[in-house]
Amino acid sequence: MEKVYITGIGQVAVGEHWDQSLAALSSKAIRAALKDAGDPQPEIVYIGNFLASSISHQANLGALVCDAAGLHGLEGTTVEAGEASGAAALHMGYLAITSNMADCVVVVGLEKMTDMVGDEIEAFAAQSGDTDFEGMQGLTPNGMAGLLMQRYLDQYHAPCESFASFPITAHANGVNNPFAMYRKNVDLDSYGKAPMVSVPLSLYDVPTFADGAAALVLVNRKLLRDGQKAVLISASEIATDTLAVHDRADPLAFDAVHISTTKALEKAKLTRDCLDLFECWDTPSIYGMLSLEAGGFAERGRGWQFATLDNLALTGRLPVATLGGIKAHGFAPGAAGAYQVLDAVQQLRGEAGRNQIASAQVAMTQAISGAAASVITHILRKM
Amino acid sequence: MNDRENLLLKPARAVGIVGYGVYIPQYRLPASEILRIWAGDEGGAPVKEKAVPGLDEDTITISIEAARNALARAGIDAQKLRAVWVGSESHPYVVKPSSTVVAEAIGASEHIQAADLEFACKAGTEAVVAAMALVGSKMGDYALAIGADTAQGKPGDALEFTAAAGGAAFVIGPAENALATIAASYSYVTDTPDFWRRQHQVYPEHGQRFTGEPAYFKHVTAAAQTMLSQLGTTAADYAFAVFHQPNTKFPQRVARELGFSKEQIETGLLSPVIGNTYAGASLVGLTAVLDIAKPGDRILVVSYGSGAGSDAFDMRVTDLIEERRNKAPLTQQYIERRIEIDYATYARYRGKIVMK
Amino acid sequence: MEIPRHWRLQKQRLALVGEVCPHCQAKIFPARDVCPECGGEAKTAFKFSGKGEVYSFTTLHSVPAGFEENAPYTVALVKLDEGPIITAQLTDVGEREVKIGTPVEMVTRRIRQDGDERGMLIYGYKFRPVLRMS
Repeated sequence: MEKVYITGIGQVAVGEHWDQSLAALSSKAIRAALKDAGDPQPEIVYIGNFLASSISHQANLGALVCDAAGLHGLEGTTVEAGEASGAAALHMGYLAITSNMADCVVVVGLEKMTDMVGDEIEAFAAQSGDTDFEGMQGLTPNGMAGLLMQRYLDQYHAPCESFASFPITAHANGVNNPFAMYRKNVDLDSYGKAPMVSVPLSLYDVPTFADGAAALVLVNRKLLRDGQKAVLISASEIATDTLAVHDRADPLAFDAVHISTTKALEKAKLTRDCLDLFECWDTPSIYGMLSLEAGGFAERGRGWQFATLDNLALTGRLPVATLGGIKAHGFAPGAAGAYQVLDAVQQLRGEAGRNQIASAQVAMTQAISGAAASVITHILRKM
Repeated sequence: MNDRENLLLKPARAVGIVGYGVYIPQYRLPASEILRIWAGDEGGAPVKEKAVPGLDEDTITISIEAARNALARAGIDAQKLRAVWVGSESHPYVVKPSSTVVAEAIGASEHIQAADLEFACKAGTEAVVAAMALVGSKMGDYALAIGADTAQGKPGDALEFTAAAGGAAFVIGPAENALATIAASYSYVTDTPDFWRRQHQVYPEHGQRFTGEPAYFKHVTAAAQTMLSQLGTTAADYAFAVFHQPNTKFPQRVARELGFSKEQIETGLLSPVIGNTYAGASLVGLTAVLDIAKPGDRILVVSYGSGAGSDAFDMRVTDLIEERRNKAPLTQQYIERRIEIDYATYARYRGKIVMK
Repeated sequence: MEIPRHWRLQKQRLALVGEVCPHCQAKIFPARDVCPECGGEAKTAFKFSGKGEVYSFTTLHSVPAGFEENAPYTVALVKLDEGPIITAQLTDVGEREVKIGTPVEMVTRRIRQDGDERGMLIYGYKFRPVLRMS
């Protein structure tokens, strides 16, 4: 099996890019990533995207994106796994190289939320849940997170502010990231005063939709040049759960997180304490909490005791959202999984600036779609 | 047609009410709110308050809950029904039956009669007559008759005080399984345009004082008097009487004129506290009576529908009432389940706020 | 217009008809081809009682297209007496306090319309705090 290396990264800051189309966003990220990789010649482009068909009425992104980036004639296809689409595209790129189908692949996570305004956005975002039996009851992704948070608070007698560690950490780390949408600290006081979105979920517990594109260049050993800043993909694992949360024996279990994490660690031949950072799905904050428990970093029902500001900080036991996470980055759903990997690559390359985790060697990233109906975990190693 | 033997509708097989059920939405708009908005707090009102449907309620949902309650009391499988008839003047669709939604929701068979009836406020009792005919002719053993409405009243109009929401459902079946037998029905119908709503119109028109003497009183009186004279009964033979109740005064006056006492009608006179539930009105009143009636009690029910006509029924409560009445919520329990709303909330719930 | 997808689910939505597994007797809602408990083929229709309790709940203030007229509303995970959990709106809550464990019962209500006021009306299950019975 060929080894897979990330040699280039490129991103557009997540934000409301009113004047930028799907094509423009993707080409900027791809061209930046190829340049960063030393301009190799890719053979395949995998596009992770969730909502272009709904919001922009645009399908066939393979042709759109390749054409826009000046990569005429290349193989290009869209990979869709809800909000985890960016990570799913990386998984496809990983398969293409490990299987020796290609020497060089470009992966881009791409989402254009602002082509449309209005309540339709919430309805489209709900497509990662079960449309017939959840969406048709008027449930949204934030509503689902509210249901799980309410249950969690009741079942484990956790205090509400135990979830604050996720947004406070993400915002603190986003301050130093020029690509983050929010570069402002949040404290416990403002968390407590935030308006409710979906009781008990407040504004700081949920992500903010915006546009984004994040690209990665993958190569095999053959194309790796001496002295190149490369990061090895040690594992890429997708697991699924029931689409509808009500179909699960234990809605708080997040089984797909458990399966995906366990398999990834086995593949990488690593244990949890080998991880220097974990780019977890930090928002909705309840998903961050349940990920820590299902991933085995905290005991079931004790995640709120583990997820302290100290433990999640850059110098803590398990740093998360090290460059702002999804919360401070802004949430471009189909691109978020790719941004997570970009952030981890920066840490492993030692390019995280003031947020650099000292001697970071191993990082895990984990993208979640729906209420963890699909979970995609990657483990990355510094070369 | 003055042969007295021919005027009553008497089924070949004795029939009765096997189960009954009611539904009244929980919201109440006090008449004082309408006076506040439209009359500067001045003047009187025909009722104290009226029942208002929630945002997710309509004639179909009201019919479904009333039907489920009726089936619970009847203790029969919905698959035994041979007909589902829904009488209303506020069917959610102009074209497409309410009755098929109700039938599907209660788990009725596909081998049934189903249709919506419209005859202003007597569409529900007309459904009861049809059900009596179906069961009485032995074409089927059980039929479901429903009267339900979410009535419309133009803002500021006199009808706004009373146009209310609610409904009642009756499983009609063989007399031997009935909690109340129905000896006969009689209907009196003329072409009297006292109230109507034309195609594409949101609110009905009414003839104001013309709705009284030549309309309500003439028809209710004719139906009641014919029924009594044909049966050879007098008001004193009845423990209870229920008359269509578009307001508080009309049924009180017609009862008095027909020789019924305040005590005989007060149980079934609900319009003061829930308003006029139109196709549901006399039938909802009947459910309140059945909730407290004793075996052997005789009940006279007279509906009225604008346009115009009245259906009269002679019923007698059987021993089965005792074991069945508590198998579903009582009418008074629905009335007590009360959330008062102001005019703004009412305007929102009834779609009176212009959204586009 | 999305007529078929709603029509297809009418028995489930209007009458809470799911399945009982012929192999392990597990009650299943919504109906599916493979029993989630034993993996056997599931196909026998089963009508649920509509009784259950609140497993969790949340009130949505920001709602998706098609539901604006009803906002804000409460959505719950309801654990049915027969076992399965289903997602449904709570209705007629009023000033009654809803908690995890509150007993609820199924009612059939208007869920939304398909598209605009010309579209079909979609009816289905919601749950409300159990009515006090005599």
